[in-house]
Amino acid sequence: MTEHYTLRVNGRDHEVDGAWLGESLLYVLRDRLGLPGSKSGCEQGECGSCSVLVDGGLVCSCLVLAASAVGQEITTVEALGGPHDAMSVVQEAFVSEGGVQCGFCTPGLVMAVHDLLVRNPEPTDLDVREAISGNLCRCTGYGRVLAAVRAAVGAGGVAGAAGAAGAAGAGGRSE
Amino acid sequence: MTDTATRTRARPRNRLGDSAARPDGIAKTKGQFAFTSDLWAEGLLWGRTLRSPHASARIRSVDVSPAWRIPGVLAVVTAEDVPGSPTYGLDEPDQPVFATDVIRYAGEPIAAVAADHPETARRAMEAILVDYEPTDGVYDADAAFDAPPVHPNGNVFRHIRLRHGDPSATGPVVVEGTYEVGMQDQAFMGPEAGLAIPSEDGGVELFISTQWLHVDRDQVAACLALPADKVRLTLGGVGGAFGAREDVSLQVHVCLLALKTGRPVRMVYSREESFHGHVHRHPARIWMRHHANADGTLVKIEGRVVLDGGAYQSTSGHVLGNATCFATGPYVVPNVVLDGYAVRTNNPPCGAMRGFGAVQACFAHESQMDKLAAACGLDPVEVRLRNAMGHGDRLATGQVVDGVLPTRECIEAAAALALPPPAHDDWMARPGGAGRTTEAADVRRGIGYAAGFKNLMYAEGADDYSTASCRLRDGYAVVTCAAAEVGQGFVTLAGQIARDVLGIDDVTVAPADTVTIGSAGSSSASRQTWMSGGAVEAACIAVRQKVLDAVAARTGGTGLALVDGRIVSEDGSVDIAVADAAPGVEFEATEEFHHRPTSPLDENGQGDAHVSLAVVCQRAVVDVDVELGLVRVVQMAVGQDVGRALNPLSVQGQIEGGTAQGVGLAVMEEIVLDHGRIRNPSFTDYLIPTALDMPEVVATLIEQPEPGAPFGAKGVGEGPTLSSHAAIVAAIRDASGIDVNRCPVRPQDLALAARPSRAPGGSEGGGA
Amino acid sequence: MTVACPTRLEAALDALASTPGAHVLAGGTDLMVEVNHGGRRPGAVVAVGRVAELREWGVEDDGMVRIGAGVTYTELMQGALAALAPGLAEAARTVGSPQIRNAGTIGGNLGTASPAGDTLPVLAALDAEVHLVSPDGPRRLSLSDFITGPKRTALRPGELIAAVRVRPAVDGDTQEYLKVGTRNAMVIAVASCAVVVEPSARRVRVGMGSVGPRPLRATDAEAWAEGHIDWATGALDRADEFGRLVAEAARPIDDHRSTEAYRRHAVAVLARRGLARGLRGIGGMAA
Repeated sequence: MTEHYTLRVNGRDHEVDGAWLGESLLYVLRDRLGLPGSKSGCEQGECGSCSVLVDGGLVCSCLVLAASAVGQEITTVEALGGPHDAMSVVQEAFVSEGGVQCGFCTPGLVMAVHDLLVRNPEPTDLDVREAISGNLCRCTGYGRVLAAVRAAVGAGGVAGAAGAAGAAGAGGRSE
Repeated sequence: MTDTATRTRARPRNRLGDSAARPDGIAKTKGQFAFTSDLWAEGLLWGRTLRSPHASARIRSVDVSPAWRIPGVLAVVTAEDVPGSPTYGLDEPDQPVFATDVIRYAGEPIAAVAADHPETARRAMEAILVDYEPTDGVYDADAAFDAPPVHPNGNVFRHIRLRHGDPSATGPVVVEGTYEVGMQDQAFMGPEAGLAIPSEDGGVELFISTQWLHVDRDQVAACLALPADKVRLTLGGVGGAFGAREDVSLQVHVCLLALKTGRPVRMVYSREESFHGHVHRHPARIWMRHHANADGTLVKIEGRVVLDGGAYQSTSGHVLGNATCFATGPYVVPNVVLDGYAVRTNNPPCGAMRGFGAVQACFAHESQMDKLAAACGLDPVEVRLRNAMGHGDRLATGQVVDGVLPTRECIEAAAALALPPPAHDDWMARPGGAGRTTEAADVRRGIGYAAGFKNLMYAEGADDYSTASCRLRDGYAVVTCAAAEVGQGFVTLAGQIARDVLGIDDVTVAPADTVTIGSAGSSSASRQTWMSGGAVEAACIAVRQKVLDAVAARTGGTGLALVDGRIVSEDGSVDIAVADAAPGVEFEATEEFHHRPTSPLDENGQGDAHVSLAVVCQRAVVDVDVELGLVRVVQMAVGQDVGRALNPLSVQGQIEGGTAQGVGLAVMEEIVLDHGRIRNPSFTDYLIPTALDMPEVVATLIEQPEPGAPFGAKGVGEGPTLSSHAAIVAAIRDASGIDVNRCPVRPQDLALAARPSRAPGGSEGGGA
Repeated sequence: MTVACPTRLEAALDALASTPGAHVLAGGTDLMVEVNHGGRRPGAVVAVGRVAELREWGVEDDGMVRIGAGVTYTELMQGALAALAPGLAEAARTVGSPQIRNAGTIGGNLGTASPAGDTLPVLAALDAEVHLVSPDGPRRLSLSDFITGPKRTALRPGELIAAVRVRPAVDGDTQEYLKVGTRNAMVIAVASCAVVVEPSARRVRVGMGSVGPRPLRATDAEAWAEGHIDWATGALDRADEFGRLVAEAARPIDDHRSTEAYRRHAVAVLARRGLARGLRGIGGMAA
């Protein structure tokens, strides 16, 4: 493989040029593809701030070798909601329930919650806690985050266009 | 929306007292909010710092030439390249920008590099050759007193001698103990980040995640030998702070690299570097002896507090101030003999962390209160109620509490909250979780209480003022304040205040920087609601008055007031929307807000040193598997003195978040040192609570407006960290019967303890 | 630096052969941590995460369960595989977080060979076979022959871990995995213990983790238990002796996570409790 490859992110192909092949997917998303929504909190897979979907599975993008993700469908937080201020049901719930303080863990948490509700639309409290156990938050103590998940479930979860990851379609964020 | 004139318009939910939504919430959930580490500039370079692996060493030589030989490296800087002050520091400028001939802590910076790729910067940093000669160091705080000086300023940062009342008083009941608190880390999620851009005038612009823009600017300017107005700091998005961003970390380094290269330089710490790059909570060893009457009322408290400040002073003197002044707890005690020491060692430097010394003191005084309860045959709630301090009582520093201090109400509120039901019959609800270590029969449930208090704002004569401006034009207002938003929601509150005072909805809070506005002081000491809230209120009130004056002049109306977004005169002849009051005219005001003056402490630790106090009580319910020493915190119940809840959802967020940090300190968080080296500088081994570790948190807000506080509101940020850890350890003692005297409690502290000194509590509901 | 992303086993072996010293990358949960921190600067990487053969699992003709090295922790926790290897499912649930479990693999756990690897005590208790493959053909080792020391294995250059084989849990069997950590998620084991009880074979097996340089068996404890259990009723006197024998077989150390004394104590407790759970179902069974 050469230092040029193509990644499919949020439904669009992105060319990666002049890269060092040891770069993580997190680095490439943030520093090469103009998608800084995923955050770098530990580079060890311990904090979950970098969570993305790869072929529909929730993983830490800091632990994905970007060059090995060629041919896979990558979904980042930028795919959620819609253009401008349009938010998914989960994102709206995070805002309305006070689940956001500094916001550094928020994109990763929102991805984890989206993933949970796709797989389990009516999770118990313990289900939710286990599903977000890979997302560290230092500000909220998780109380309002759990409230946000409950509110999101009550508002229809991720079913339908308003809720689902990637429903906004291709292209990452609007310019 | 109705058309009929008689229907009142629904009040918008964005004024004081409402759970107004954060203005930056949408951007944060969409990943569009720009943290400093997200900022980018054309021609950006990456910076890295070289840090010492040794805690105590002489530097024989530094050879940076191997770094320069790596293609893509554009600058390598050491102490020689620092044009101004070689040192900085909040209380005392004793901390070198780069070490020269002496290393005093593991992690101390020696050099920095700038390169065109982060991997190149890392390789260049590692290529620098440093010839160290390790030396013997001081790693125990008590040993520091007699050890050779770690620094020419000596090994004692501060000694506070506190004498109150009659030192010879005694009581018939005496309990004593020595308590230890381990080194906690703030562990914010967003690592240190800064982007420095050199300016055409020879100055530098710095985008920085910090708690206090202006104090950073002053230190950077001094080190770079630049006038303050050539060092322009703008707050980038901050990923949490909790005290770790009060001190300078990368600010001077990244600015120096930018000036050297003539290009923008970004520095973002890795998590490992972050653990080494900021101050930690002071570990403490506290001895206390309580004398009381048979009915549990306190007669005298004696104590010795020793805080390990690590290699450099930071704010150790003030942390000690809190640890000593509040060491007796929120209780009336007529006689106090206390000595507090903050000492220098070769351990990592310690400074501000949420709770700032009162956290450590609380563990000691609350452990003592439980011992006292047992000795007097009282329950833990009763012994605290019998001694509860309130308005009109005197602190150990002699100051009379002239504000609100509802200690009694907080204790009663925490005790009154419903206890949780027995745990679900599910591995995940028991100690050990998915590790399936523990069955219901292995569990003992325990309950513990702890109350704590501390001051709001700075103390001992400090004038930590704030500044804000308000500009109003055509019914749209911009509030400017340099108060650092670190997640706590000041930007939300600022908008609520402006809307409340001006009666309009269209309010924007401008970005914080050092150029357009004066200092707002630090986002710490639970002070911003009072100080910057006060400044914003004052600026908006001034603008409101200007608007009223302008309308009065134009209309001749009298007795004008601003009501519900309209300017109305007493006789009703004037009734104009604020937006229409003076089309095209901008009204502006900038106000500085100061709190009332305080005094220093005298040679006996006496003085009116504090502006205001806030008190809290927490009750913890824990399930303990004593045989394995595993703990599950089941519920935290909080009674907190808030004055007035200006944004209830924000207050709840602070209580839950602060309590989480107390859970961490109680059962899992500790920086483990080996001869000054951090053994666990990663989230793999510095464990903070996950969603599976956090209990339900229930809270009652005690709202007794504080006289002299803007809006009557007290800051709520530190309250929940003051006593949550102590309550949990008390509950662990109750469940296990083991007299644990340190936090965090480790499994071996329970599982391998000698025979319990009393029967386990075995409170109801140990498992389904 | 080169990165190869084969989708078939043969191509993976070719890539390894043509880039000697290449690092094998599966879930990235170990290797990428090292790359991110600069501890590892690989010249060549062979990413095996999409090699089809490595991701398969099934019951073979001899009844043994073959689990491809690329099977993730999440997959170990699900469906029929979890029923056939419940101890592995329990162990997988204790690993990391959902993100880690979606990426991390049983092959990676073996290849990293950390003394704290969560599947390893279970594999030890099940007498797992480790199947390796290279251009020279397949090779099979016992777990104890495969893991030679802390983070050291008998893997040869150019060789890949292909699969593990374990005997399945049948009716009446229990496989317990108990793990002590100071947090309820994302925690490295301070001490762990796998206890397998197979009443039909009157067999007890114990595997221990984080109490020695490699996963350990407690063969004296196993033999003692087999000889003292009343296999008709599941009763066992002096279960403490079982725990003591397990602790005796452990070789724990002090480190920044815990102490030797606590680990030794904990593994005895875990073993005793794990065994008690395994014995609970006996006696209610028809012969």
